[in-house]
Amino acid sequence: MTSLHHAVSHAHASNLEISDVHVSYGQNAVLKNVNLSIKPGEFFAFLGPSGCGKTTLLRLIAGFNQANRGSIKVGGKDISALPPWRRDVGMVFQSYALWPHLNVARNVAFGLEERGVPKAEITKRVQAALDLVGLSDYAQRLPSQLSGGQQQRVALARTIVIEPKILLLDEPLSNLDAKMRVEVRRELRDLQQRLGVTTIFVTHDQEEANAICDRMAVMNEGIIQQVGTPRELYERPANLFVANFLGHANVLRGAMGESGHDRSFTLRGGERLMIREGAHIPDDARLVLRPQAFSLARGTANGSWTGTVQDVEFLGAIIRYRVSLNQDDILVDASFRPGDEVYAPGEQVSVSFDSSSAVWLSQ
Amino acid sequence: MDQAATAQASTRSFGSQKMARATLGQMVLALFIALFLLGFLIFPVATVLYVAFTEKGTGAFTLINFIDFARTDLFVRSFWNSFYVSAMSVVLASVFALPLAYITTRFTFRGAGLIQTLGFLPLIMPPFVGAVAMLLLFGRNGSINLLLDDWFGFKIPFMEGLNGVILVQSIHYFPFILINLSASLRNIDRAMEESAQNLGSSGFRLFRRIVFPLAMPGYLAGASLVFVKVFDDLATPLLLNVKDMLAPQAYLRVTSIGIADPMGYVISVVLIVMSVLAMWLSACAMKGRDYATVQRGGGGLMKRSMNRFETIVAYGVVTLILLLVLAPHLALLLLSFATVWSFSPLPDAYTLAHYSRVFGESFVYIKNTFLYASLAGLIDVVLGVAISYLVLRTKLIGREWLDFMASAALAIPGVVLGIGFLRAFYGVTLWNGQPLATVWIMIVIALAIRRLPYALRACYAALQQISQSLEEAAENLGANKARTVRRIVLPLMTGGIVAGFVTSFSTAAVELSATLMLVQSNSDAPLAYGLYVFMQSPAGRGPGAALGVIAVILVAVCSWASHVLIERTQKARGATS
Ligand SMILES: Nc1ncnc2c1ncn2[C@@H]1O[C@H](COP(=O)(O)OP(=O)(O)O)[C@@H](O)[C@H]1O
Ligand SMILES: [Mg+2]
Repeated sequence: MTSLHHAVSHAHASNLEISDVHVSYGQNAVLKNVNLSIKPGEFFAFLGPSGCGKTTLLRLIAGFNQANRGSIKVGGKDISALPPWRRDVGMVFQSYALWPHLNVARNVAFGLEERGVPKAEITKRVQAALDLVGLSDYAQRLPSQLSGGQQQRVALARTIVIEPKILLLDEPLSNLDAKMRVEVRRELRDLQQRLGVTTIFVTHDQEEANAICDRMAVMNEGIIQQVGTPRELYERPANLFVANFLGHANVLRGAMGESGHDRSFTLRGGERLMIREGAHIPDDARLVLRPQAFSLARGTANGSWTGTVQDVEFLGAIIRYRVSLNQDDILVDASFRPGDEVYAPGEQVSVSFDSSSAVWLSQ
Repeated sequence: MDQAATAQASTRSFGSQKMARATLGQMVLALFIALFLLGFLIFPVATVLYVAFTEKGTGAFTLINFIDFARTDLFVRSFWNSFYVSAMSVVLASVFALPLAYITTRFTFRGAGLIQTLGFLPLIMPPFVGAVAMLLLFGRNGSINLLLDDWFGFKIPFMEGLNGVILVQSIHYFPFILINLSASLRNIDRAMEESAQNLGSSGFRLFRRIVFPLAMPGYLAGASLVFVKVFDDLATPLLLNVKDMLAPQAYLRVTSIGIADPMGYVISVVLIVMSVLAMWLSACAMKGRDYATVQRGGGGLMKRSMNRFETIVAYGVVTLILLLVLAPHLALLLLSFATVWSFSPLPDAYTLAHYSRVFGESFVYIKNTFLYASLAGLIDVVLGVAISYLVLRTKLIGREWLDFMASAALAIPGVVLGIGFLRAFYGVTLWNGQPLATVWIMIVIALAIRRLPYALRACYAALQQISQSLEEAAENLGANKARTVRRIVLPLMTGGIVAGFVTSFSTAAVELSATLMLVQSNSDAPLAYGLYVFMQSPAGRGPGAALGVIAVILVAVCSWASHVLIERTQKARGATS
């Protein structure tokens, strides 16, 4: 393994700095004021709904799109003016883009041949790359004779064999079926760890991004909404878009009130939440709570909100209740273990939550 | 909607059970088609083979005719001439087609659509018509050489001997390469190119290693078509007075020495073998190379804009090529209005007399052409619909053979089919003693057989695109097979049927190879034949050109109308689905 590893490993990974990038097609601004700093060896994800500009940003890094302004630096060197073939930024295309007239080995060898690498070394490195993705037995096949998963690996091998400074993956799992997706996702992460190459992974699937990346940027309408680790973003979303995009969020509207020393937040239906002293919360803020922040109990309890169970979804490990408060409906996830009690629709329950998990967002 | 009614009548008797077993109606239909193809394709061709391989008089099997062929200098020379002319035509046609295809598909180029349309134009003019026009422009005493002689004191033998055939044929047939190659280039997903750039490739290396190999299948398809067409063509060499090529030799043997002489048949066999060989070779080369790589959501080939220098070069090249390939059309137009045009760069004066003459005494040609070509087109779409229905929608045993037989006509050169018809049906006489081979309806049938493969492919593609669930839905709602065909299948196939009809019609309208053999009297002759007769005498060239212009307009209008019709039905269908 060490020799293979050596053959395609990256001596030192590069960082990527994107500053003040704007891209527009005619009147239509597709990327607005993008600033990003990706660390050497990091597995970074671009996450956002389709059409938000992820591919555009990725292609910009690879040199296939032109920015109206801004700069892109790899390892401290500005590459904005370089054509795609001088960038050393390897991209795995969403469609894989394997050349149908070349067999697997020749597909993988292509980039090395273009770089004038000696024949003997090409053979060795192609072999190593194919070993790495577990396809050494398929070297002589044509792409059309491979399954989707295998094609994807060839595309990957073809790109990593040139030892790019940055590895770009555009929705690499989207053409695979659900089961393969999870499997390949693990392999991809594993491979990236071994190679240590700085990697950007584009996806519109938050679960995929959470599972695979060190850090991610959530994008919407051409704007980077927030950058951080999956956990940071889930627990401390910077705005309502991020909160809603990463799993379900109960967003509760209400009014901030003051009675004597105490500040409190009152929902439209009258439910009230006391606020700790010193907490800085804007007046127009909304209360955001994840479904699992709540806990339910039968009947009513002092100091708790009261609600009625509307419907119950049994999802295996969790049970998802829709509970109506006086004015608002909330979703509550309760973890389920065999034998646990389940509330029925129509039942009255008391709703409590740990106020430290509350997030206040004003937009 | 005559053809729809006929096709419907022929499928009416289909039973309403599921397609598990063939119904009686289907079998009768298949039998009828099989008989037609056996009688008018297999039998005549088999007759040609029989005569070529048997001893004259005794009927015993022999190869002596082929040995004679190989021993005769004239035939061997003709063979190599045909080969040389075909190969050189492919080369020259590629020189015209490659830049046009490349520039229009890979660059954002103003007028790309216009160029692609103009690129089609040569196809709608019979090549032998172009030949006369080319003589006037490029011949020894044509406009160009007169000017060259005036200015520089030398001439270039563009049109001497085989050169002339090569020039005329490559100008006429290069659109086959242009069309196929452009389609191939457009089918290359831009990610194919981008991934190569991403891995460090650019410029000409990228073109050589990725773009060109991916476009190869389209190029080969076009090139082999050009080769076969040129190899088989009869009228162009005849009109340019080049007799030592294979197709003219076959024609001359049969028409001047007689239909009993075996050499015409031997040459026919050689023509068939060469056609089959060329098609087989190109099929082998293309095997496993179906490179349609455009992906879901992918764009075609990457297009980029050109810098100023590239723009100037590109427009220069495109203009030059278009001028050259459209020259025959312009010259023909001039000639049709010219009083006298010889030994001068341009006509002396202009007149409408040729047109009035053509519409007067020669109107019978136009009338015959309309009659023959529409009947041939009609036969083709009826057969095309029926065969594709049998192949795609029934389990009839041997249905692929119908498809195969009908498509086999592709490999039979027109002159060979003509000779086969003559030989096979000359002995058959009608009640009034007239040989069957000389009845005008035989011209129609020969044209229909020749064009059937194209019409069949159009119908086949149209039916293939109709989801079977649409028919099942109709049956589920109570329509039997025949009513389903009439109310669902045929209306949805309209586009394909029209396309098939127009292809057959417009190519049959200008076809000459087979008809040259079969036309017995001027009153039965179609336009192409009339043209050929006119063009042979200098005095007939004016009216001939007028007739040629009419033929070009006829075909152009038909193609345009069908294009509009197909667009409209597709749009209408798109709106409802
Ligand atoms: N070549 C183009 N011309 C015009 N608009 C484009 C082009 N490419 C992308 N867009 C627009 O830019 C936006 C972002 O596209 P893209 O980066 O592909 O989104 P994503 O990959 O996040 O789904 C979309 O609204 C898309 O319509
Ligand atoms: Mg995308």
